[in-house]
Amino acid sequence: MTAPTLTAHVPDPANAPASANAGPPPERWSSRLAAIASGTVVRVVLVVLGVLWLLPTAGLFVSSFRDPRDIASTGWWEALTDPGQWSFSNYDSLLGNEKFTGSVWTTVAITLPATALVIVLGALAAYAFAWMDFPGRDWLFLVVVGLLVVPIQVALIPVARLFNTLGIFETTAGVVLFHSAFGLPFAIFLLRNFFAEIPRELLEAARLDGAGELRLFFRVVLPLGGPAIAALAIFQFMWVWNDMLVALIFADAGSPPMTVALQQEMRQFGSNFDVLAPGAFLTMLIPLAIFFAFQRQFVSGVMAGAVK
Amino acid sequence: MASGKAVIRARPWVAASFLLPALLLLGALVVYPIGYSIQRSLFDASGDSFVGLDNFKEIFTNDSIRTALKNNLIWIVVAPTVATALGLIFAVLTERVRWATVFKLVVFMPMAISMLAAGIIFRMVYEQNPDRGLANALATTVHDTFAESSSWPDAQPRPGGPLTVEEDGSYLLTEPVTAGTPALLPLVAVPQPELSGADPAVAPGGEPGEVTGTVWMDFTRGGTGTENAIDPEELALSGITVEAVRDGQVVAEATTGDDGTFTLPAEADGAQLRLPSDNFTAPYNGIEWLGPNVVTPAIIASYVWMWAGFAMVLIAAGLASVPRETLEAARVDGANEWTVFRRITVPLLAPVLGVVFVTLMINVLKIFDLVYVIAPSSSQADANVLALQLYLSSFGTGADQGVGSAIAVFLLLLVVPVMIINLRRLRRENQR
Repeated sequence: MTAPTLTAHVPDPANAPASANAGPPPERWSSRLAAIASGTVVRVVLVVLGVLWLLPTAGLFVSSFRDPRDIASTGWWEALTDPGQWSFSNYDSLLGNEKFTGSVWTTVAITLPATALVIVLGALAAYAFAWMDFPGRDWLFLVVVGLLVVPIQVALIPVARLFNTLGIFETTAGVVLFHSAFGLPFAIFLLRNFFAEIPRELLEAARLDGAGELRLFFRVVLPLGGPAIAALAIFQFMWVWNDMLVALIFADAGSPPMTVALQQEMRQFGSNFDVLAPGAFLTMLIPLAIFFAFQRQFVSGVMAGAVK
Repeated sequence: MASGKAVIRARPWVAASFLLPALLLLGALVVYPIGYSIQRSLFDASGDSFVGLDNFKEIFTNDSIRTALKNNLIWIVVAPTVATALGLIFAVLTERVRWATVFKLVVFMPMAISMLAAGIIFRMVYEQNPDRGLANALATTVHDTFAESSSWPDAQPRPGGPLTVEEDGSYLLTEPVTAGTPALLPLVAVPQPELSGADPAVAPGGEPGEVTGTVWMDFTRGGTGTENAIDPEELALSGITVEAVRDGQVVAEATTGDDGTFTLPAEADGAQLRLPSDNFTAPYNGIEWLGPNVVTPAIIASYVWMWAGFAMVLIAAGLASVPRETLEAARVDGANEWTVFRRITVPLLAPVLGVVFVTLMINVLKIFDLVYVIAPSSSQADANVLALQLYLSSFGTGADQGVGSAIAVFLLLLVVPVMIINLRRLRRENQR
């Protein structure tokens, strides 16, 4: 288990240790030369690795702009030297396809409530665990921590049956509830640990001012929990947005979210990359935007929650 | 558990109203299903008759589930090891460059995208045709740099002609050759487009003391040519290796020129001529990544692509807390970088490496999307993993939810040790 840390792990280049470059001053020529040479080797290796890591995504990106006939006949790298192969027509036809645009809305309609619900319910419970005294508290919290690593696979069959009885099998509401339930153990664990660090004096002062529990929760605890809530929100959002398995089983097959809609387009031998490539790229847009905009929160969220 | 810290002894209904919504959801959708799955795993497909542990026996005896088990084992060993090792290497290397952040962003980026998108990306990377798939484009480029590809993969002897196909794929002229009498080695079946640019075939002169001959495409358009004779329109096959073989030994060797002719020294007199199979091997077409043999390693590679960044960032954070003085002291003592890495850095990082490894193991245990998306249905059975089998057993055609539940319980059992470690750590922290 990764202990949830609320300090971000993204290294800051300004503070990056430079010890390897700034070794102890008295050095012989030969060892300095060796250091320079090994530095160059390291740089070259890293550049090669970086390019290698980028190529698959670059291939998807470039392919999404190519004509189906071009995709079927040559590799995407051919388009780098032939600007004539680039066009928006794949995107035009995809965005004109009502089934796909509908799936975008389904994804949003699942992701936003599932994120909000986990934050609200998780924060309420975490506050109770952190600052209220009630019988069975420690024991209950142990159960929650135990549930952290329960694989969602265990719940697929029983919950499908339960949702059938409740009449919410293959509905957006069902998917939202499923994701919320499986997001809760992590949410409660992360937020309780964070809330527990709030100085007791702050809470007591607020209480002396006559604040009730709810007011205390909304005015003091929630604002102070900002960083943890942000990390949690991003983690849960990405998790739900990118999910395919839960949606495959619990979402309405007639108006599925993007991941399932694209999965249904897969063929035995992918000949329809003119649909899959732009579609996959569109599903990646929001997660990538969040990743680049909120690197710190994203990394700390992923680091803390990866155990899921 | 920090009980002394609680500010209020909450009135029961206050605590309950804060807790109930979350606990209800957890109870109904997480705790109750665990119990239900355990019970359901002991019943047959219909759910009516009790079968004891038969469903669990099925996991270890059913061929397709055993493949899934075996693959899961490969996944659990290989994927975390490779991802952690790469993460360690990346973390150590990036310590030395100023643009480390850029590199880390690039490598970490795949964590943000869905496994479906990653699956589509790698379906494209792994396309069989080297003209389209990146992996095979690279593989064939590397291969062809080191091994020359043959020029006439389709050429064959005419059935009933003077050449016969040997067991090793080479073509043999059964009649021994004599110096001064030109040998004719006609081949057929080369597609027209491959012949564009070939010169007309020429009948060799019969120089005494030398063995000469021609290798050519013995076919005239319209079929008007004479068999086993060089007609005016017929084209030469250049660049073909010709060996003279006597008693199984190669005594001389030559290569055909642009006009299809070759000349062997006098030693070849009385030997048999052979066109070795290298001349006719099909061009290297890369690896069948998504075929039954390597589909699992290929999918594991895509997983490593996604998760190496995770390992790298966690390990880099651990690395930042390794005391600089210790490393410097070792360097001053004359230890080289490799020794410092092996003797100091890695041991100090051991706890972090352990956390990364276990986290990845739990993650890999439940791998589903990548396999479901990348493996084409023709090799899905070969790429099978437990979570995929569970999905197929539970919701596929001919579903047996008894077996599905048994797989679910099996997965749950596998994470119980981690659950216990978590609880122990929590208890320890609270005692402090």
